[in-house]
Amino acid sequence: MSEQEYVPKSKAGKWFNDRLPLLSLASHLTDYPTPKNLNYWWTFGGILTFCLLTQIITGIVLAMHYVAHADLAFASVEHIMRDVNYGWLIRYIHSNGASMFFLAVYIHIFRSLFYGSYKSPREIIWIIGLMIYLLMMAAAFMGYVLPWGQMSFWGATVITNLFSAIPLVGDSITTWLWGAYSVDNPTLTRFFSLHYLIPFLILGLVVLHIWALHVPGNNNPVGIDIKKPSKDTVPFHPYITIKDTFALLLFMIIFAGFVFFAPNVLGHSDNYIQANPMVTPAHIVPEWYLLPFYAILRSVPDKLGGVILMFGAIFILFVLPWLDTSKVRSAVFRPIYRQFFWILIIDVLVLGYVGAMPAEGIYLVLARVGTVYYFLHFLVVLPVVGYLEKTEPVPLSISEPVLSGSADYSMAKKDNEKI
Amino acid sequence: MKKFKLFFCILLSLTIFNTLKSAEQIDPIKVDWSFKGLLGKFDRASLQRGYQVYNEVCASCHSMQYLSYRNLGEPGGPEFSEEEVKAIAAGFEVTDGPDAQGEMFTRPGRPSDKFVSPYPNVNAAAAANGGAYPPDMSVLVKARKGGANYIYSVLVGYEDPPPGITLDEGVYYNKYMIGNKIKMPNNLSDGLVDYADGTEATVDQMAKDVTTFLSWAAEPELESRHKTGVKVILYLVLLSILVFLSMKKIWSRVNPEV
Repeated sequence: MSEQEYVPKSKAGKWFNDRLPLLSLASHLTDYPTPKNLNYWWTFGGILTFCLLTQIITGIVLAMHYVAHADLAFASVEHIMRDVNYGWLIRYIHSNGASMFFLAVYIHIFRSLFYGSYKSPREIIWIIGLMIYLLMMAAAFMGYVLPWGQMSFWGATVITNLFSAIPLVGDSITTWLWGAYSVDNPTLTRFFSLHYLIPFLILGLVVLHIWALHVPGNNNPVGIDIKKPSKDTVPFHPYITIKDTFALLLFMIIFAGFVFFAPNVLGHSDNYIQANPMVTPAHIVPEWYLLPFYAILRSVPDKLGGVILMFGAIFILFVLPWLDTSKVRSAVFRPIYRQFFWILIIDVLVLGYVGAMPAEGIYLVLARVGTVYYFLHFLVVLPVVGYLEKTEPVPLSISEPVLSGSADYSMAKKDNEKI
Repeated sequence: MKKFKLFFCILLSLTIFNTLKSAEQIDPIKVDWSFKGLLGKFDRASLQRGYQVYNEVCASCHSMQYLSYRNLGEPGGPEFSEEEVKAIAAGFEVTDGPDAQGEMFTRPGRPSDKFVSPYPNVNAAAAANGGAYPPDMSVLVKARKGGANYIYSVLVGYEDPPPGITLDEGVYYNKYMIGNKIKMPNNLSDGLVDYADGTEATVDQMAKDVTTFLSWAAEPELESRHKTGVKVILYLVLLSILVFLSMKKIWSRVNPEV
């Protein structure tokens, strides 16, 4: 992986490194040549690693006090909030941490969309990233079920019922998922078990994600291939580590703002009512980070169709590297794609908003328009724009200005700052 | 600039949708609670009065099963003295056991006991209240949209039903209750309790006091959460300034503007 062979200075170090090259790995990680023009949108990889570790550590502590039983789960959460020393802090970090995790992952994904980080030769990084995102959604959904409040119970009922839309075997699959004939204690215990497992699967995928990243190296705001190491790169440590730390601290300030001053604002008040199979809440809504998909699901009058579109909305991202026909990576040099990128962001925000509203009237119309546009963006806009768009001249390197045309690096930089 | 325009448009449309939506229901009364805001704290005297209202009025139907009597003496709460907490707890009869003979027995409550519930189970509570189960009040404030404002509004929101609305036996009209129908009668009337500190027990005063008490019950950690939060954020801000300066220094070697 590394360009030049690393040799430990001490004899003991060399002895160990010959047998297990951990020191070589550490040297590779610190020296890893990184483009020097990475902006703050590139700091979210580190932030996401922090989020994952925070969730794992707080989750392990919560699991010491939580009781996965339909009759006791709700009370055990209150026990954590009231009787466990700083239990409220651990739990609020964990519950708000999920939201912060998704906030960061959405920024990370849209950064990739803007700068074309998913394009050759980084398709595998992108696909592993999507697998992480899928697992995150599964973990978040199951985690939301664990407090066994009203939204936990009814959210679980709605989502697991989606599988009953599968022809012929749907009902059997749903019963198998439940471990009962409705969402009940067996469902809770298996969700707890899987909720504990998934973060470690994510951790494994994160290692692969970073490994795959270190083969071609980072994309950058200009989106060009760069020589490594060169004038265009800086060693990862201390240049990127310090910048990531600074960005992480700003992120933690926002995180702390939620935890200490508005810990329940992102949750639903109904989840402080213990689960009751006999009482259905007026509106069953998922957590905010799943709302766009919920809107797509409900925009289709047919259940199976809705389920297919909802999963399609995620799986279409897996073939994104092959749908985008443009050879230029960064949207900085793609004047037409850039516009569509912002329209897509608005589309997703609108879908998220209508996902929280009842599926009727104007909301349903908006959800349908939004859903159609979402798929149009990936299936029509991206392939067509790639062919037709006249891209702006791309510089040859990060340090040197472009040879011709208006798009010199300082302009690219200006553009980066605008977003 | 274009992007900002787009964002402005979407913000505007969201605001319009929101106002359309909320026009259908009455918003709860906004009260300037002492425990709101970054440095918000509970009014100690109000918490103690609120406990009195809960104990003398609400507790005959509503349980608070997740609270212990010792919580009443803990910092950030009503902060009754140790003797007062012991006396409060001893005023309740707690079922304990089984003893060496295998029999259940009753004994006076201890501070470590959970609040004694008025009914043995949910079914008994519902049966005694016309089929409507009086919800447990431990986390009630967190379990209702609008929180403390909503609880207070319902307590003072009883009215004669507008013409055209007929109510069944045991159902009451309330301006702020979702659906306007409530099975809990208006239990508060002026002078209902005798406040130990001499405060005049108006309906509004009692509603405010008991809502304050319920807000504490739902979030007993609120004061220490606020205090810790201020410290944590101050620390993070200072640390990020130091890290920012270090970053500037380090990056000045390659590129003066990071």
